Amino acid sequence: MDDMDEKIIKMTQNGILLKRSPFADIASELGISEQEIVDRLKKMQEEEVIRRFGASIGHRDIGIVANAMCVWNVPDESTEEIGTIMAGFSEVTHCYERPRVPGWDYNLFAMVHSYTKEDCEKIAAKISEATGIKDYKLLYSDREFKKTGVRL
Amino acid sequence: MIFLDDTDKKILNTIQFGFPLETEPYEKLGEELGISEDEVIERLERLHDEGAVRKIGPIINRRGVGGTSTLVAVSVPEEKVDEVAGYINEYHEVSHNYHRPEKFNVWFTISAANRERIDTILEELREKTGLEFIDLPTKKLFKIGVRFNIK
Repeated sequence: MDDMDEKIIKMTQNGILLKRSPFADIASELGISEQEIVDRLKKMQEEEVIRRFGASIGHRDIGIVANAMCVWNVPDESTEEIGTIMAGFSEVTHCYERPRVPGWDYNLFAMVHSYTKEDCEKIAAKISEATGIKDYKLLYSDREFKKTGVRL
Repeated sequence: MIFLDDTDKKILNTIQFGFPLETEPYEKLGEELGISEDEVIERLERLHDEGAVRKIGPIINRRGVGGTSTLVAVSVPEEKVDEVAGYINEYHEVSHNYHRPEKFNVWFTISAANRERIDTILEELREKTGLEFIDLPTKKLFKIGVRFNIK
């Protein structure tokens, strides 16, 4: 990633315009062509500097109101195997291993989003069955204070 | 709640992962969906105004651009939740922040250029609030790919 790439990210990260040529203003400001902007974004995507270029959805506003952080207490020697199984569920959008700390025993985190809590619970039960992990909890978010995504 | 017709749903399911990276992306989207470019733009304007589309842009890979992130949990007395959430949100590096009605009731992510910056933010938050922040940095990422299947 060079300086121009960084400028392009900074000028698009809050959202591109909803008009015919959304990169035109940025191109003229940066003194490069619209095609070069698009090509650089594609290259950054290939190099995984950006995960994707696309829409961020206001999922609560369209009815996906059950957003559960499922936390699992997994034996340390099995996290690799079980994390991989969890990540394989299409309903799981994020899956991370994190450290245990005093007062917090859960070391695997899997996010599940759906229209109802019952649905999230069913998915978690399915994961529990597939992995054999019985010690888990679903922490639902009931308020969103901030969701900007990662920004430079 | 926002009303979505079948075309809106098709648009939303397409533009999460299949947004065409082209100089005239809405024209291309229209071709794919069988509607005009003008209709794509009009629908996206409405979906954006109503909150179904937050933005269309790059989803940045924090590690890909150099940097690191963590998830932080904190137990906040309910009457202080708004005040503490306000302190947390002030940081540009805080990318997500949610209330979850549990023992640890405020959960947020920090994504920063380096670990030192995260430590500084947590130290400042401890000083401002007197609360204990549970720092849970990523040990291993198994999956990230938020994709809502809009029905």
